[in-house]
Order: sequence, then C-alpha cells, then structure tokens
Amino acid sequence: MLTHFLKKMLSLIPTLVGISIISFFLIRLIPGDPVLLLVGERGADPEVYMQMKKNLGLDLPIYQQYFHYIGNVFQGDLGTSIVSKRAVTEEFFGRFPATLELGVCAMVFAILIGIPLGVIAAVKRNSPLDYILMGTSLTGYSMPIFWWGLILILIFSVQLGITPVSGRIDVIYDIPHLTGFYLIDTLSPTVINEEGLMPFFSALKHLILPSIAMGTIPLAITARMTRSSMLEVLGEDFIRTAKAKGLSSTQIVIHHALRNALIPIVTVIGLMFGSIITGAILTETIFSWPGIGKWLVASITSRDYPVIQGGLLFIASMIVFINALVDTLYLLINPKLRQ
Amino acid sequence: MAIKIIDKDFFNRLKKNKGSMAGLFIITFFLFLAIFAPFLSPYNFDQINEGALRLAPFSSHGELSFLLGTDDLGRDLFTRLIFGARISLFIGFAVVILSVTVGGLLGLIAGYYEGYIERTIMRFVDILMAFPSILLAIVVVSVMGPGLLNAIVAVSVVSLPSFIRLVRASVLIEKSKEYVQASRSFGASDFRIMFIEILPNCIAPMIVQATLGFSDGILNAAALGFLGLGAQPPTPEWGIMLADSRAYIEGSPWLVTLPGLCILICVLGFNLLGDGLRDTLDPKLRK
Repeated sequence: MLTHFLKKMLSLIPTLVGISIISFFLIRLIPGDPVLLLVGERGADPEVYMQMKKNLGLDLPIYQQYFHYIGNVFQGDLGTSIVSKRAVTEEFFGRFPATLELGVCAMVFAILIGIPLGVIAAVKRNSPLDYILMGTSLTGYSMPIFWWGLILILIFSVQLGITPVSGRIDVIYDIPHLTGFYLIDTLSPTVINEEGLMPFFSALKHLILPSIAMGTIPLAITARMTRSSMLEVLGEDFIRTAKAKGLSSTQIVIHHALRNALIPIVTVIGLMFGSIITGAILTETIFSWPGIGKWLVASITSRDYPVIQGGLLFIASMIVFINALVDTLYLLINPKLRQ
Repeated sequence: MAIKIIDKDFFNRLKKNKGSMAGLFIITFFLFLAIFAPFLSPYNFDQINEGALRLAPFSSHGELSFLLGTDDLGRDLFTRLIFGARISLFIGFAVVILSVTVGGLLGLIAGYYEGYIERTIMRFVDILMAFPSILLAIVVVSVMGPGLLNAIVAVSVVSLPSFIRLVRASVLIEKSKEYVQASRSFGASDFRIMFIEILPNCIAPMIVQATLGFSDGILNAAALGFLGLGAQPPTPEWGIMLADSRAYIEGSPWLVTLPGLCILICVLGFNLLGDGLRDTLDPKLRK
C-alpha cells in the first residue's frame, strides 16, 4: 500500500511541473505590463521603471524567470500581491478557511440529502416517485448556480426576509481569528462569555443560502450516483440470500446494500473537490463571500499577476494531490482491487 | 466491418425513452425560437423604448405591449430572450464542433499510437483536468480578452479532456478487435484504419458526450457572460442579461428570473437527451 502511494506521488511530478509551467506562462500572455501597474501608468520615471523591473526579476530571459520562480515556490514564496502588497501565501491562507467552511457545509448538505434520495429512488425503482426524484436531480445538475443563488436570495432574503444577503457574519460581531472557521471561532469561550450564542447563529444563518447554492450540483451528482450504485448492488446474489434469511427490507437496504454501494459514491464525492472550487468562484461572487473564489476573480479583473499565478498553482496542485489520495483510499476501502 | 449503431431499431428505442423525448422537445422549441426570432417579435433586441423602463410582464406602454415586460433600458425582454436562444445554441454548437474535432483527433491519435505520443497527450489531459473548469476558462479569457468568440475557445479548451479520454478509451478497445487486425493484414494504411475502420465504431459514446457537451458549453459560457468575461453588451446573451439585472432583483424580479430559467431549461433539455441517448446506445442495457 505504501509503495503504491509513493509510486502514485512520483507519477504526479510531471503533472505538477506541467501545472507550474502553465500557470507561469499563461499569466505572461495576459496583455498589459505588470511593472507599469506597479509604478503607475502615468508619469513613470524610466529609471524607476527599470529598477522596478530589475527588482521583480522581469529583465531576465523568460526561462530564467521560470527557474527563479520555481526556486522561490520551493521556499514557500509565491510572490507579493500587486494590489494589497501582502504575500500571496498569506492572502491565500487568510481566505482559504472561508472557502473551506462553505465547501464543507455545501458537501454536508449534498451528502445528507443526496444519499437518502438516491437510496429511495433505487428502492422504488421505476415508480412515479423515482421519476420525480431523478427528474429533480437532473434539474439540479443542470442548474446555473449563479442564477440559483440569486433566486434563493430573492425568495429567502428579499421576499421572506429570513436569511442575510451577503457576507459571513453580521458586522456588529467582532470574532477573534483563531481557526478562520466562523462556526468554530464563534464558540470560543471569549465570544460566548461576551455575546452568548448569537454570533454562532449569525454565522450559521449566513452559511445557509451559499451552502445550498454551492451544494446543489454535488447533491444531484450524489443522488444519481447513489441510485445507480444501489441498483447494481440490489441485483446481486447476497441481497437475495439476505432476503431468503428473512431480514427486513430496511435492514437489507441499509446494512447490506448501502454499505456496499457506498464505495463508488465515496470516490465520486472525493473527486468533487474541483467542482467545489468552481462552485466557490460563482457562489462567492454572488454572496460576497470573502474566500478564494471571489479573491481570484477580483485579481483577474485587477490583473494582479502574482495572485493569479499563485492561486492557480495552489488550487491545481491541491486537486492533483487530493485525486491521488482518493485513488489510494479507494484501494484501501475496496479489498477487491488490492492485488 | 463496422457495426451499425444507429439503425432503425435505435429510433424506436429512443422513442420509448420519455426523458430523451422531453429533451428533444425542449431543444426543438428553443431551436424554433432561435431560427424564427426576427419573425416572432415586432421589436429588435437592442431597440430602446423610451419611457417603458422595467415594465412588468403582460404590460403595455401606450400602443406598445410587452409580453414578458421590459428591462432597465426599456428593451423588450421576450425579444432579447429569443435572440439569446440564438446565441446560446450557437455557443453550444461551436463548442461541441471544436471540442469534438480537436478532442476526437487527439484521442484517436493517443489511442492508436502507443508510446511517447500517447503519454504526452494524456499528460496534457491530466494537467488540463487539474484546473477547475470555470477557473481555467476565466484565465484563458483574460489572456485572450473578453468576447463571445474567445469565450467559445475557452469553454472548448475546458471540455477537451473528456472527449480525448473518451475517444482514446474506445479506440483502445476497438484496436485489439479482429476486424482491425484483418484490415491491417490487407495492408491498410494507419490513416485508413484510424478514420475509416476504428472511428465509426467510436461514434456512439461520442454522440452522448457531444450532447452533454452542449449543455456544459451553454452553462460555462453563460457563467463567463455573467462574470463579464464572455459576450459583451448589448449582445442579448442570457448570462449578461442576468448580470445586468442583478441590481433590480427587488423591484423587478422577472428580469432576473426569466434569463436564468431559459439557461436552466435549455441545459436540462440537452442533459435529458444525453441521458436518454446513453441508455439507448449502451449495448449492456439492450434486451
């Protein structure tokens, strides 16, 4: 198992190099001069301009710039944001908890609803209920989430007035930055002593709509996957044996069928990390959620090259690693695939 | 001998699949709107009607009546929506053509020639797949500049990997079959084996993927439009219309509701058809 994992990690190296090359050179192709952005487009002193260019290492041949960049990456230096003048890594990790918290809530929403729906659809196969559930989940799968977010705001915030429109928490609360996850930080003793549980519920309320918007497509995928995986398992011999033993259908479905059907479902869920980031880009833009997605879109609009470059590198490498990890876990939970 | 997949029986089986019939109906409906758009509405999509700002659906202003109301510039919403169908279907079509040709060709080459050519192509696929689709599309658009055509290229790049992998996988299966060995022993050229013998047998999964590619293309292009990186105003693209009307969500909710509903229904149509086609074309599910 360990050798398999190490081999897998080694095989990632060419992909990671490719990712670094793409994120490095693609950014160089964006029209506009980053040095001019720094010194200001108007009235730039040629000497200051050249000095700045030299400081940034932009006067070197491009391949040297690449090796210079990679050298820095290995030292944990992804450059400095042109807009905020802060280190890209610092900005990234400052915002990442917000995206992760939203992503986890969206996935919890998707799994808690998606798996039961899929199981019900499979058990009631070809019944009207099955058609309704699968029709609904295909609709969810087709959902333009940037529109879905707005509709949720329209219904729950504008019409009913029960959920906030944007942000992570009501501005009146001052939350200490411990973990960056507001659902955890609001439960810290200092906050509870001063404000009680109100900040926690405020954070929870802010999470509801974005989680639904972001979790809808994963929910649809989970439900569809659960249904087809369950159908496959329900047709197998051991289910017939369980029936012959006189077990109740609930017992059969939950203990025998679902447990075996879960393996492919878990894999699909693990591989959804990429779509979570895609979802984050659109959801965070709509709900003004201060995470990675909104940050990247803003940096592309403001041509903040180091941020785009670092963000791409971070996210793509993370996806590659997580996929490799899911692959290995798949072997771990499915003994049939082990040799 | 190539096996004929799309035979008479195929259409009979497809007709029995309710989902794909519903999908086909939706697509035909949008196609009808798109083709006859100029004849279905007395207005032009960028015609500004002064004084008729943000009218609700079924309302009229003087002698003019507006089926679905007007937007913040007094343009007829129905007209913009049906011209939007033209744009979205065109985007979907262009994306599918681009990704089928480029992806199909790369997949065919990767599957047919083993060794470093295959490894290079598949590595390229791995790298592309490491970037979340919308993020990659955004970066490609920011390199090439915003606009409808650039958005189409960006969305096609994003959908390449699935086509390459799919075609390669089917070529790998077909390549080892006897009919390929037979035609090779007759001295057929690589070109002939690839395009005339193998390719027709990979068509079935490609049709399914192309149908689903339509929906992905429409959805991603609309997302780019919404972020201001796709087609540019005054193009009546559904994503832009949605972004433009965000500010009026409280006062004129139909401006937000209708363009998104069009995206949803159109995408749903292609997904229904794609699902149905997959079930119909999958030999395992045939009786």
